[in-house]
Amino acid sequence: MEDKEEIWELRLYVAGKTAKSVTALTNLKRYCEEHLKDKYVIEVIDLLLQPQLAEGDQILAIPTLVKKVPEPIRKIIGDLSNEEKVLVGLNIRPAKRTE
Amino acid sequence: MNTKSSDSQTSLPYLRKSRTGIKGLDEITIGGFPQGRPTLICGSAGCGKTLFSIEFLVHGALEYGEPGVFVAFEEKTEELTVNVASLGFDLAQMQKDKLIKLDHIHIERSEIEETGEYDLNGLFIRLGHAIDSIGAKRVVLDTIESLFSGLNNEAIIRAELRRLFEWLKDRNVTTIITGEKGEGTLTRQGLEEYVSDCVILLDHRVENKISTRLLRIVKYRGSVHGTNEYPFLIDEDGISVLPVTSLTLSHDASSDRISSGIPALNKMLGGEGFFRGSSILVSGTAGTGKTSIAGSFANETCVNGERCIYFAFEESPRQIVRNMRSIGIDLQTHIDNELLMFHASRPTLNGLEMHLLAINKLIGQFKPTTVVVDPITNLITVGSVSEVKSVLIRLIDFLQSQGITVLFTALSLNDNISEQTDESVSSLVDAWLLVRDIEFNGERNRGLYVMKSRGMKHSNQVREFVISDNGLDLVDVFLGPDGVLTGSAREAQQLLEQTGVALRDHAVSRKDREIERKRMVLESKISGLKEEFESLQEELNKTFIEEDLKKEVYEKNRQEISRIRDNGKTTE
Repeated sequence: MEDKEEIWELRLYVAGKTAKSVTALTNLKRYCEEHLKDKYVIEVIDLLLQPQLAEGDQILAIPTLVKKVPEPIRKIIGDLSNEEKVLVGLNIRPAKRTE
Repeated sequence: MNTKSSDSQTSLPYLRKSRTGIKGLDEITIGGFPQGRPTLICGSAGCGKTLFSIEFLVHGALEYGEPGVFVAFEEKTEELTVNVASLGFDLAQMQKDKLIKLDHIHIERSEIEETGEYDLNGLFIRLGHAIDSIGAKRVVLDTIESLFSGLNNEAIIRAELRRLFEWLKDRNVTTIITGEKGEGTLTRQGLEEYVSDCVILLDHRVENKISTRLLRIVKYRGSVHGTNEYPFLIDEDGISVLPVTSLTLSHDASSDRISSGIPALNKMLGGEGFFRGSSILVSGTAGTGKTSIAGSFANETCVNGERCIYFAFEESPRQIVRNMRSIGIDLQTHIDNELLMFHASRPTLNGLEMHLLAINKLIGQFKPTTVVVDPITNLITVGSVSEVKSVLIRLIDFLQSQGITVLFTALSLNDNISEQTDESVSSLVDAWLLVRDIEFNGERNRGLYVMKSRGMKHSNQVREFVISDNGLDLVDVFLGPDGVLTGSAREAQQLLEQTGVALRDHAVSRKDREIERKRMVLESKISGLKEEFESLQEELNKTFIEEDLKKEVYEKNRQEISRIRDNGKTTE
């Protein structure tokens, strides 16, 4: 159902290289490689370096993954350890839920 | 910031405080909220939590040089700016001036999916950034409880909140956290668990359809504080907390005197009248002339070129002006000269606290030297006895601190001649005049007593209080053998006395005349006796003369005879 051209723009907000952040990034990369090969961009924002960016995406929790495109905007917080939830959150596997 | 200046005085570590700048609150908390620690403000919806925190920030930024961060979890910053604009706070401008930073944290639950471990470092970073960007000393989190509805993992939130408050303490910012009141707890999510330094509870009660806002300090670690429920008001000037007392009784006492407007009354009060800055209560039953005394007092103030505010709770200003004119007191001129101000309102117009505020405000604007409240008894319709008393205490306190003389009138009911006024304010006031009906001889007359007058000699006698076309006067009552006489009985007695005097005068003059007559009689008798004596003397003299004459004649005759004899001899 997704267009081939559609690119997942993902932003991962972290605060320093904490264990949770590292886990989250590793998890995210793994899922993307598996399900969105060549259709994704991951931008990692370290709020310790750019604190002013927290306001724009209403970031409270760390780590937070924000999917801006495709719509709708979704935020996934936590270390992304639950693959199922992440994929649902990213609208990668909507079909599976309806089955 | 004077908490800091006094810091050097003592080596003991003690709690520093941040002044809130909210009228009255700093007095209750003795200096403000604990500096560098979180304070919880809780209360039900619409009780003024947000406003309290905004005022805390704005005053901090404008008056105490402490910029502040406002983190809004519920309202958008634009909405907030508009909402407080009505109080004259220009948040937009203050944001530009870097005095205040507004940050809206919005948690859209539908957008959020939670998976695995996380923390709220994002919030910390945002807050930290906001604090650093303006060098904030004050932070408001309004209301952080939204986190609980936005996120699922309560265990994480609670752990993070605990960390957040510790972190805020470490950053040494004075924080206000607001919380919605919960069932049986101070806040819905038990925030009081984390904020243990200072907890303030706001309440909004509606009794008898009249609302009162109340504030109470539930706890304040490391500081003494007022523990009562203090009413507070929100109006166009923001929040004002009205402490029941200013916690101290330390106002100056003037020994200046101020005339009551009735010379005879002044005479009863040591000859000069009331003390300036004192409080006077005039109580009495209906129709005893309380308002007339009040009007006369107001008039006297204005005649002396001073200002007076007349708070009328029963009659309209025009009515009072007209009624006063009938006893020869012209208040209209004083109104025209802006010496007298009337403020008339029905007590039921608003709650007691609003009345108090209205009075406070007008006094602040008009700056009178005397104030008349006529009558305080009507306030009872909007509050309980103790509330009225509490309001009056604060009013008297406020007025005395300003050196304003106040005259209250109070209606006492006929069956309540225990000489206690309903509001039992008689113990608060400095001088208490009681106007009382004296029913005697088929008529009612007014008797005026000075029940008390602190700090001056005053007459203990009852005077008859007479209202005439020429104003008010006090007449000495007649103390006859039948007791105190007033009114026509007094006049009758006076007439009787005059008659007595006339009769006595008459009697005296009659006696005088009698004596005069007696004197005349006596004198005539004396002259009669004198004449008798003279005639006796004359008689006696006559005999003597006759005898002399006889003697003379006899001698002559004898000589003649002897001569004749001699001659005859020769002729013989």
